[in-house]
Parts: sequence; structure tokens; C-alpha cells
Amino acid sequence: MSKVIKAIKFEIMSPQDVKKLAVMKVTTSEVYDADAYPVKDGVTDPRLGVVDPGIRCRTCGGRFGECPGHFGYIELAKPVLNVLYLKQIKILLSLTCPECGKLLVDKSKVKTDAERLKAEVPKQCPHCGAKIEKVKFEKPYHFYRGEKQLNPEEIRAHLEKISDEDAHALGLKGGRPEWLVLTLLLVPPITARPSITLETGERSEDDLTHKLVDIVRINQRLAENLEIGAPQFIIEDLWELLQYHVATYFNNELSGVPPARHRSGRPLKTLSQRLKTKEGRFRHNLTGKRVNFSARGVISPDPLISINDIGVPLEVAMTLTIPIKVTSHNIGFLKQLVRDGSDKYPGANYIIRPDGTRKRILPDNKEDLAEELAEGYVVERHLLDGDIVLFNRQPSLHRMSIMAHRVRVMPGKTFRLHLAACPPYNADFDGDEMNLHVPQTAEARAEAEELMLVEKNIRSPRFGGPIIGATQDFISGAYILTKKGSKFSREEAAQILAAAGVYVDLDKDEYEGKELFSMLLPDDLNMEFKAACCQKCSECKKENCEYDAYVVVRNGRLVCGAIDSKAISPFKGLLLDKIDMEYGHEAAREFLDRVTKMCIRALMIRGFTISISDIDLPATIKKEIKKIINKTYKKIDEIIERYHKGEIEPYPGRTVEETREDLIMAELFNAVNEVQEIIKANFKETDAMVMAKTGARGSLQNLTYMAGLVGQEMIRGGRAFRGFKGRTLAHFKREDLGPKAHGFVESSFIKGLDPIEFFFEVMKGREGIMDSSLKTRVSGYLERRLVNALHDLRVDHDWTVRDAAGSIVQFIPGEDGIDPAKSSWGKLTGGA
Amino acid sequence: MVVDIKKEIILNHELVPKHEILSEEETQELLEKLGISKKQLPRIYASDPVAKILGAKPGDVIKITRKSPTAGESIYYRVVVKG
Repeated sequence: MSKVIKAIKFEIMSPQDVKKLAVMKVTTSEVYDADAYPVKDGVTDPRLGVVDPGIRCRTCGGRFGECPGHFGYIELAKPVLNVLYLKQIKILLSLTCPECGKLLVDKSKVKTDAERLKAEVPKQCPHCGAKIEKVKFEKPYHFYRGEKQLNPEEIRAHLEKISDEDAHALGLKGGRPEWLVLTLLLVPPITARPSITLETGERSEDDLTHKLVDIVRINQRLAENLEIGAPQFIIEDLWELLQYHVATYFNNELSGVPPARHRSGRPLKTLSQRLKTKEGRFRHNLTGKRVNFSARGVISPDPLISINDIGVPLEVAMTLTIPIKVTSHNIGFLKQLVRDGSDKYPGANYIIRPDGTRKRILPDNKEDLAEELAEGYVVERHLLDGDIVLFNRQPSLHRMSIMAHRVRVMPGKTFRLHLAACPPYNADFDGDEMNLHVPQTAEARAEAEELMLVEKNIRSPRFGGPIIGATQDFISGAYILTKKGSKFSREEAAQILAAAGVYVDLDKDEYEGKELFSMLLPDDLNMEFKAACCQKCSECKKENCEYDAYVVVRNGRLVCGAIDSKAISPFKGLLLDKIDMEYGHEAAREFLDRVTKMCIRALMIRGFTISISDIDLPATIKKEIKKIINKTYKKIDEIIERYHKGEIEPYPGRTVEETREDLIMAELFNAVNEVQEIIKANFKETDAMVMAKTGARGSLQNLTYMAGLVGQEMIRGGRAFRGFKGRTLAHFKREDLGPKAHGFVESSFIKGLDPIEFFFEVMKGREGIMDSSLKTRVSGYLERRLVNALHDLRVDHDWTVRDAAGSIVQFIPGEDGIDPAKSSWGKLTGGA
Repeated sequence: MVVDIKKEIILNHELVPKHEILSEEETQELLEKLGISKKQLPRIYASDPVAKILGAKPGDVIKITRKSPTAGESIYYRVVVKG
């Protein structure tokens, strides 16, 4: 008995619809009787559905799980407004005549809700001539005509007079206007509001049930009072209370209405709250679902596996499974897996018979099941080395946030990830967790392997360069290995090459690092580029560079130049880019796998460490720095003097004060730059310096902070001015414009900051934290909106970009047809 | 006269690409090639400054030739709509 949904129509429900849909009328606010049985005609009447196993539905006879539940209804003693339609009611009341129900304004002038709410209403009805008084809406749900308050009965009477046509013109999409005033209230089935039995045996009802009980109770009292002809004010009070309960039943976050609360003081979660927001039904349950065949765990580094690999803990590998169909080719293998069962690795957890029945493999039945296995059966076996899985880290900001890896089952409890594969995930190992998904069909596995494998994502579509590559110690190691004069004994060379998986006969007693590195390069590779350690001399000496910063590769031999971040790092690596472009993803992956292992081996042979003495400067240099600072202070004093005399010419478009600040800051930055130059010229090649100049970690700026001086703390794009009147801190005189009073730090981190400098440093630090937290929120929301707008665009077979409706968005993708993930920094390269 | 100056400024602005109205035959050819109806083309308002200068009527198709640093020239089509 399958039915096909042709269309879905959203309308307001009529009282007739409510009666038709409902199976009973709720008349009593009692929920359970003395024997803890649901009371007949109460809001938990058994006719509304079953929530307990073992009981049959009184309406349809279905068991728990079969019966979808049935609606009931409450007949309201007096009508109340549907608070979800207050805006619509206001429009209908104010733009139609209360006497004849006809439109008071021109249809063409009220096309949008904004126009309708602002529309001018004539003093007299143009149709019947009745006097029109302005309709006023008052929060939360009261309407006034002139001075007189309208009760829901009067509103309903007015709405009844409006013709279907006029209502439609005022934006009512389906149904009658008077249905916006409720006379019958639909009671949802108990399956939509199940009660929970606590361990103590106590029953805890759903928030909606609580609310419905409130409504029924007040409704009963109102009906009784109407019956006995109670005074008007009592009726009105009860009516108002009923309106409140029905209002909060629909939406418990109405402005101007105190939210209905649970006994504990927690606001009730009513209908609107169930659907709205990230935790609501739509975004939580419908757009986002939980999945099977997945695992989550802490990641840790392993530079000894391939970048394509993912180290999976044994425990995970024995829980996650892949269904394999039994054929004549694999029956022996699968039988063995079944025989080994679920407790031994590699084994299997389930078999699925051709009739679809699943059987868990247990120690007791594994022999029988292995015997039973025949062609057509399916075995859910453990993960094995080489299986394709998807690996993901949130936030998934780009497509490289989910990539396919090859499984390597390992002891331990963490997922092992190669360090070169971290940049696309933006992962580190300070406790990051990642998710793993196991594709269950051959198609899914093939697709993942072809499109999502790590090596196929080396090039980022964002900028057309490598996003996977060697970082940090790999870069330091590469430099140590390949810098000028770096030599290794035969034993060392053997170790380095073996680490990289290169096995050749070594006949020399000594090897140059460049020679060793060259063994990883393709034989016909030719290229030239400037390394990151380039000093940017005014005239480039190319091959004769005294810093060995000009890289030349000729026929796969590293002729000169040291390998550093410019060659093999993500975002910058030109050598990596070239290999990926001209020798393919697999070659690039292999190159990276070998280079990273070779680099850390070289680094370990030489040793790599930093200490305070690395960034210590001789006394003479310190004196020189002090001199620069004093010279700058003097210059700034002059600027301030000129400012006080009014001699400063403002820059175009800036005030005198702004110009003064610009001049002062230029001097301060000049000083810091001078110091930086001195430090650059005077530092020996210590390991800290090696990291800075090769781009492995840190920068010259960081070294200047530590050894030289911290310099001006920028707060809100300028010097610090906030605080007391005319000064930043009580330690200064008012209107002191000097550097120290506005956040100039002349100390270095080694020397230590004085309390005032430290205060400004903290000021800048806090601004940084505020900025970054704000930025992630704003850009996260921007991303969400962009994704929602663009997610169904696709490239069609005729190379047009179309939306879901088949309308054209672009005639060729990106207007140039270039796939940035196959381009070199957005451009096509010569040969391609 | 005022309109003419405005027209000059708009058409010669470096950010305004070349616009031209397609003839009836060219339009048919384009739609046939793409296998779509006019409704599925990207739109441009008749009140768009360039469309106004060209005197485009709703239903006309405008061909836009843009300069692109990667593709040299890229061609785009828009159907004129009321507004």
C-alpha cells in the first residue's frame, strides 16, 4: 500500500480540518488516575497513541512503533488569537472595513508585508461609507480599534466578513482569515510528546503535555464560569489567562510575555522552540544526522608513515567493518576471517545471509558460520591495512577538510597522522580530535580513492599551490642537509638514505648533503628559484650566491642552493609544485614521503636545539640599540615640540593630530627596523636563526622581540590613548605625548618588560583575542550563508555552471574554465 | 546633452565591459546551443545603466565581453528583464 506524494501544501488549519483529523475531544485536565492509568478524555488518553511497548493503540490497534499516534482536540470555551499570525491579523484588521469587510486601500499599493504595515487608511470606508478607526497593536497580543480593546470574538467577527479575494490580496496564502483566531486547538499525539519514566518509577511528562494540561484546566474553569454566568471581570481574567497559555504553547519566547516555566524554573520548550535554531528540529535532526561506521579520536603525529596513510588503533579496526561479498575467489580468505571471529584481528563481526538476515559472529557459533559461508553471503570484516577511509577535522572549511586515507592498523589508542598532511586540516596535536568514516560500497571506495586521496589534494584549489608539504623540523632538516658545506660520512649517508627508502651502494667515504638530496629528485628535473633564506641583495649573484640561497636543479641534481620552505613547504614550495605538476600526484607524494624522512634523519644526526644564548647579543650591540632608541626619542621630542608650536602641516585629508601620530609612529617603526637590521647582521647562524631564515618556524621579527626590543604596541591601529583623562596611566603627566606614555616598549623579552610596558603588551594581547574570536564568528556565519546560497550549483555536461533549477549561472566555470586545483597559482603553466 | 556625457563616462569606464544586443538569429542560435529557454539565462534589468544606453527591451539578450587575466576574454550572456 504505497502512496506517492504529489505535492505538499501549507495552509492554516480550519476547525473542520481539526475535527476531521482528531480522534477524540480532550475535556479533562486530569492526567493519571489513582492507579497511575491515563485518564479517559485527558491529554494522555490511550486513544492518542502508544509510547509503551506491549500495549496496543485504542484507535488503530497498532503496536508501539507501528502506530504513528493520533490527534485530539480541545474545544476552547472562548476563542483566542493564534500568536504566530499576529502580524497577519494586524494587516487584515487595519486594511479592511469592520462593517462590510472590503479592502480600504488600493491592491497595487499593498504588495509586500512592509507596504501593508505602513499603508495609509482612509477615514471612511470607500465602499459602505462607514467611519474607520485606526487599529492599534499592542504587545504581546492585544488589538485596539481607536481606544476600545478588541477581544478575539470581535476580531473573529471582523475577519469573517473579509472575502477570500481580499484576504489573498493582503497576503493570506491559504484558508480563511477567521481561522487565525482559534476556536479548536489541535492536541498532538503522545508519540510527539512522550513521557519519560525515571529510575525512581516517577513519570516525567514532556513540556508540551504540561502546557496542554494548563490549557485544558483554564479552559474548563472558563467554561464553568460562563455556565454559571460569572461576573464579566472574572470571565475576562480567565479568558486572558487562556490566551496566555495558548500563546506560550505556540511560542514561549514571545517578547512581552513572561515565559511559562517548569517547576524547576526552567522555561518550557514549546512548539516554536522545538523547531527553531541550531538545536531545533530542522538544523539538528533533519539537516544534520548522525552516522554509523565512523570513529572519533585524538590524533598524534607519525612521520614514519606515508602522507596517504592513517594509523588506526587496533580497537577501532576491530569495531569498524566493511561488507565483502563472498565469491569463489575470496571464500577461503573470508572463511578464515569468520573462523577467527570478532575477538581476533583480523576477523569479522557479522555475516549476512542471502535472505538478508544478519548473524553476529560469536565464539560459540563462529565455526558453524564459517562452514555455512557460501557464495552470495556477505561478510562484515574488520578494517585491514590498505582499506580506504575518509578522515575529517572540524571546522570543515574547505574540501581538503575531508580526505581519503589508506588504513594502517597500529597498536595504541590514537589516530596517527603524517605531519605533512596537517596543514589542510589545520590540525596540530595539542589534543585535537578527528573523525573517521568507512565507505561501505565499492563505488564509494573507488570514488574516495580517485577524488579524495591525500596525494590528489596536494594542490589546493584556493590558490593553485601545494597545501600539503613539509613544515617545521622538516624544513630545518632540509636546510641542515643541503646547506653549503654540509657533509656526511658514509655511515651517516647510509642512515639518511635508508630512512628515505633509497638503497644504493655507497662507494665514497664522504657525501655532500646536496648529493643525498638529489637522489630523491627525478632525473630530468630542471629548475631555478630563490630560496627563502635569500637576503634580497640589490644585485642577484645567482649561482655564486654567498648565502647559498639560489637554488639550481640540473638534470635531477641539486647543483647549488639550500632547500628550505621555498622548495618543499605548503603554500610556498616551488620544487614540490613542479614535481606535482610534471611528474604527477603519486610522484609528489613519494617525494614528500621520502624527503620528510630524510630531513628528520639528517636533523637527528646533527642535533637541533635552541637556547637563551642563541638570542643573546654582545654588550656593544646592546649599546648600539640603546643609541638608536635615544636618537629616536630625540626626534620624537622635536616632532612634539613642532606640534605644540603649531608648525606641523597636516597631510592631505588628515588632521594635525593624525599627522603628528603618523610622524611619530614612522620614527618608532624606523627604529625597530634599524634594530632588526643590526640583529640580522650580527646573529651567528644559530639554530634559532636557521628556523627564522628558512621559514621553518618563527621570523626575524620574533627574534627582534626577544633580543632587541618589542617596539610600539599597536592598539586599534595606532598608539594607545584610552584610559584616564589626557593620559593612559596615572604614572604620566596629562597630555604627555612621548613614546613611553603611549605603549612604546623599549625592552626586549630577554631583558624583561617594566610594569607599564607589560600593561600595554597585555592591552595588545587582549585586543588580539577579541579580534580573533569576533572574526571567526563573523566569517563562520558568512560561510554558512554562502554555502546555503551556492550548494546546489554544479558544472553541467556542456560546461555551463547551473543551479538546481537548470538556470545558467556561468557559461564556463570561473569564466576561464581553469580548475584552480590543476593550475599553478591560478595560471596555466607552459606545457599544459 | 547631459545624457550623452553620462553615456560616455559609463561606457568608457574601465570596470564596464563591452555590452551588445544579440540579433534574433544569434539569440536563437545561442539558446539552441545551450538547450535552454530564455528564462534560464542570467538576467539584467532594463533599468541597468548600460542596458538603458543600448536601448535594450525586456526579452533582448545582451552579450557581454569581459577582459579576464586568465582567459583573455570571457563571454557572458544576460536576458533583459523588466525593472
